[in-house]
Amino acid sequence: MLTKLFKSSKTSFQIFNALYISFLLGGAFYALKTFHNYMDIYEKAILFGSVGFFSWLGWSWNHFKKIIILVFAISLFAIQLYDGALANSEHIFLLKYLISSQSAIMWMNVFFALALLLYWLGLLTKNNLVDDIASSFTSLAVLFGFIGLLVRWYESYLIGLDIGHIPISNLYEVFILFCLITSLLYLFYEERFNTKKLGAFVLIVINAAVGFILWYTFDRHADGVQPLVPALQSYWMKIHVPANFIGYGAFSLAAMVSVAYILAGKKILTSYLPKLDVLDDLIYKSIAIGFIFFTIATILGAIWAGEAWGGYWSWDPKETWALIVWLNYAAWLHYRIVKGLRGSVLAWWALIGLVVTTFAFLGVNMFLSGLHSYGQL
Amino acid sequence: MSFAVSMLVFLGIASVIGTILKQNEPYENYIVKFGQFWFDFFEKIGLYDVYHSVWFLIILLFLVISTTLCITKNTPTILKDFLLFKDSLEEKSLLSFSHHLVLKNKRKVNLSQVIHYLKQTNFKVKEKSKDNGDILIVAKKGNYQRLGYIFTHVGVVVICLGGLLDGNLIFKAQELLGYKKIETLDIPASKVQEVSRLSVANTSFRANMTLAEGSSDNVAFVRMKDGYLVQDLPFKITLKDFRINHYSTGMPKSFESDLVISDPELSQDITKTISVNHPFVYKGIAIYQSDFQDGGTKLDIRLWNFLSSNASQKINGKIFEKVKLDKDQLTYEFNDFRKFNILHLKEGIKEKPRNVGPSVTYKIRNNSGQAREYISYQYAMPIDERFFFISGMRETPQEEFRYLKIPADQKGSIADFMLFKAALQNKPLIEAVAKKMSNQSINSDKNANVKESFENSVNKLMTLFGQGGFSNIAQNIDTNIPASEKEKAVQAYLKIIDIASTELYKNQFNLSDKELNQSRVAFIQDALNAYSDMFFYGSPYYFELINYDQKEASGLQLTKSPGQFWVYLGSLSLVLGIFSMIYLRERKLWLLIKAKGGVILAFSSNRKNPDFEIDYKKVSQAIKKIIQ
Repeated sequence: MLTKLFKSSKTSFQIFNALYISFLLGGAFYALKTFHNYMDIYEKAILFGSVGFFSWLGWSWNHFKKIIILVFAISLFAIQLYDGALANSEHIFLLKYLISSQSAIMWMNVFFALALLLYWLGLLTKNNLVDDIASSFTSLAVLFGFIGLLVRWYESYLIGLDIGHIPISNLYEVFILFCLITSLLYLFYEERFNTKKLGAFVLIVINAAVGFILWYTFDRHADGVQPLVPALQSYWMKIHVPANFIGYGAFSLAAMVSVAYILAGKKILTSYLPKLDVLDDLIYKSIAIGFIFFTIATILGAIWAGEAWGGYWSWDPKETWALIVWLNYAAWLHYRIVKGLRGSVLAWWALIGLVVTTFAFLGVNMFLSGLHSYGQL
Repeated sequence: MSFAVSMLVFLGIASVIGTILKQNEPYENYIVKFGQFWFDFFEKIGLYDVYHSVWFLIILLFLVISTTLCITKNTPTILKDFLLFKDSLEEKSLLSFSHHLVLKNKRKVNLSQVIHYLKQTNFKVKEKSKDNGDILIVAKKGNYQRLGYIFTHVGVVVICLGGLLDGNLIFKAQELLGYKKIETLDIPASKVQEVSRLSVANTSFRANMTLAEGSSDNVAFVRMKDGYLVQDLPFKITLKDFRINHYSTGMPKSFESDLVISDPELSQDITKTISVNHPFVYKGIAIYQSDFQDGGTKLDIRLWNFLSSNASQKINGKIFEKVKLDKDQLTYEFNDFRKFNILHLKEGIKEKPRNVGPSVTYKIRNNSGQAREYISYQYAMPIDERFFFISGMRETPQEEFRYLKIPADQKGSIADFMLFKAALQNKPLIEAVAKKMSNQSINSDKNANVKESFENSVNKLMTLFGQGGFSNIAQNIDTNIPASEKEKAVQAYLKIIDIASTELYKNQFNLSDKELNQSRVAFIQDALNAYSDMFFYGSPYYFELINYDQKEASGLQLTKSPGQFWVYLGSLSLVLGIFSMIYLRERKLWLLIKAKGGVILAFSSNRKNPDFEIDYKKVSQAIKKIIQ
C-alpha cells in the first residue's frame, strides 16, 4: 500500500533521501526558531540528535522514511485543523473520527487487530498476498499510532501550557510506544529476512498491549493527559524512556520469534515457517539490539537518577529488576557468543526472558512500590 | 565458571528478595510483620538491607575478581590477535578451513587489483612472500570486535568497583572493629557521641537533612539499620523558603528550596535555589531536593465535645508538639499538617481528583499510654452531592483509616450537627417529643394505658439511641426481642426513631413541617448515621481546624560520591564493548598464490552465522572474478 506510493530508481532514491533529511532539518530549524525560548540546551541537542537518528534510520531503511514523512505530514495537518482549540476535536469531522489523538490510537488498535488476523490467515493458507496486506496493515497501524502520539503531544499543550509534555510519561502512553517500536522492529526484520510469516507471532504480543490499551481506556479511563510530576520534568525522559522501550520491544520480538522456533523445532507448522537458522539468527539479532538499547537506557536512567534522586543507583525495585533483566540477557548473549550455545535452549530462554521483562515493565508497578511509581494499575 | 554462574543466580535471587521485602523500614514494622523470632533471624542475615549486607558485598567482590581473572586470562590472546597478522599458515591449514576455495592452474594473478578490492572493502592487508616463491596475502577487518570483549568486561569491573567505592565498606569495617557505632536514641545531633559521627573528611556518604523555613544546620543524618549516624558538613545550610507550586488541577508542579550556604572559607554566602532534577554541587557535595514535611505549623483548633452539650473549647497547637487536656487525661500529639490534599472523591468514575483543602494528622493518647491516630480535614467535602466533614481514625499504622462523616449544614459549618446532637442527648426535650408523638398518634383518652406505654417506649428508645446510636438499639433488640419478631421490631423502631428525631430537629431549630425540605430530611438521616458512628470514633472530641499559620520544612539529600565518575566511565566502556562485540564483524581472509600455479582462498571469522555465509559468498565471488 505504502510502497506503491513511492517508486524509486537509484538516483531518485538519493534525491528522496536528500529531500527527507532536508524535510527533517527544516522542521527542526522551524521548531528551534519558534520555540527556542522554551527549550534548554539539552532539549535543543535532543531535537537535532533526533534529526540525526531519524535521518540515519530513514537512510538505511526506505520504508521507515515513508512512514515518517506521512506521520509528520498528517500530524501537521491535524494540528492545522485544531487551530489552537481543543474543542475542535469534537467539531471537525476528520479530527473526531480519524486523526485526533484518541481516534488515531483507536485506528491503530483496529489495524493491529486486523493485521494479526490476516497474518494468521496468510500463514495457514500460505498466501503471500494476504501476508502483504497484513504487513501493510501493520504499517498503517504504526502510522496511526505515531500520529496519535504526536497529536497527543500537541493536544497536551492545548490543555495547558504548563501541562504539555512528550506523551511517554504514563502506562497508557508507553504501551502505545511499545506497540509502535515492536512493530517497527518487526517490519524491519520482515523486510531484511524477506519473510512475512512471523507476523502471526509478533502481532500476538502487540495485540496483548492493544488489549491493555483498550482496558486502560474504557475500564480505567486512564487515557487522559496528566501533568508531569516534578521528578519527570527533565529532558532525560525524552531519551531514557524510548531507549528502554526499544529494549522491551526487541526482547518481546525475540520471544515471539522464539515461539515460532520452538514450534518449528517440534515439527508444528514447520512447513509454514522460515528455516530454523533464519529464526535463530533473528532471535539473536533482536536480543542484541534490545540489549544494547536496554544497556544504554539503564545507564541513562542511572545518570538521570543521579540528578533527580541524589544517587545513580538506589536499589529501587525498578532499578533492581532492570538489573535482573540485564543480567538475564547478558548471560544469554554470553552463552551464545562466547560459549557458542545454539538451539531450542536459547529459544526457551528468550521466551522466559519475556516473562522477566514483563515483570520489570509491569509487575514492578503492580506489586511493588518505589521511586518509579508513575504508572499505577 | 559454573560457580560464577551460580553466584550470579544467587545475586539475582537476593536482588529479587530486596525488591519484594521493603528495605530499610523502621524496625518496628518488621517486628509487627514477622514476629520477634523471624525478625531476629532476618535481621541477622541482613534481609532489611540486602544490598549492603556483608554477604551481598562479598558476592559482588567475588564476581569482580572472577571477571578480572577472565580478563587477564584472555587479554594476551586477544591483543595478539588484534595486533598481528597470522601469516605463517601453510597450504595444508588453509585447506582445513570450513570456508575455502581452490582455483587451480592460475598463474597470472593481478595482485594489486586484489589488494585494491580488499582495501576498498575495509580490509587491512599484509602481503608476504614465502621462501618457496608463494605469495600469501593476509587480510582482516572488524577486529575491534575482539577488543569489545575487553571493553565489556573491564566496564563491568570498573562499574562494580565504583559502586563499592560509594558503598559503606569503610564504615562496615570500622563498625566491625568497634571504632564506630550506630546511634539509636532520638537525641539532638549536638549530643551525639563522636563514635556515631562521620567527619568532614568522609569521602563517600548519602545523608539527609530536614530544615524548617528560617532554620539552618551543618550536620546531616545517615540512616542505618535501626538508627543513624551524624555526618558533619564543611558548611552550613540555611533554608530561606520552601515552595510547592501547583498545576491548575492541584497536582504539585515543583518543589523548590531557597538555600543559603555559609562556608567559613568564603567571605560571602552562596544563595542558590534547588529543585527536583536541579541539584547544587558544592565542595563535591551534591545537595538535592528530596522531600518536604511540616516545619511546625501553628494551629487554632476548636474541640467539640461529642458526649456532653458543653460548649466547645479552643486550644492552640503546633505540629510536632503536644497539648494535654482534661486534667492530663488526654494528650494531643500533632504530627503533620497538609495544606493541599488531592483526593479522588469518586472512585473509578471519570472524574478528576480535586484539592479538598488542609488536613491535620494527630494522635490522641490516653493516660495509660495508648494512642489512636486521626486525620481531620478543615473543610466539608462533597460526597454524592452533599457535603460532609471527614475525619479518619485508626488504631495501628497498619490499618486503613476508618472515616466519620458528619453532614455540614446549609451554611457549610458543623454547628447544626452539634446542636442536633445536643437535642438527641436532651432528656427533657426527648420526653416532650415522646409526649407529643403519643398524643398525635393515639388521640382518644380511652386508651390511656396504651398511650402511656407508647410514650414510654418512645422515650426509652430515644434515650437508648442518645446513649449509643443505632448499634445500641440493635443490641437491645438482640437481647430483648425473640428472633421471630426481630424484623418487625427493627422496622417499627426505625420508623419511631425517624419520626422522633425529625421532631427533635424541628424543635431544636424552630421549624414548621413546611420548612422541612428534602435537604433537611437528608441532613437528619446523615446526622443520625454520623451520630451512631461517633461512638466508634474513639475520641470524645470532634476536632475542628479553625486557622493555621503554615511553616514548611524541606528535606534535603546530601551526597558525596567519588565512585560516580568511575561508574559512568565503566558504563561508557561497557556500551562501547557491547557495541563492538555485537555489531563489528570480524573477518579474516588468506589468499595463497602458489608459485607452481593455483590459488587458495580461505575465509574465517570467530562467529559463523548467516551473515558470515553471505560475506563469504560476496568476497569469494569478487576475488574469483578478479583472478579469472
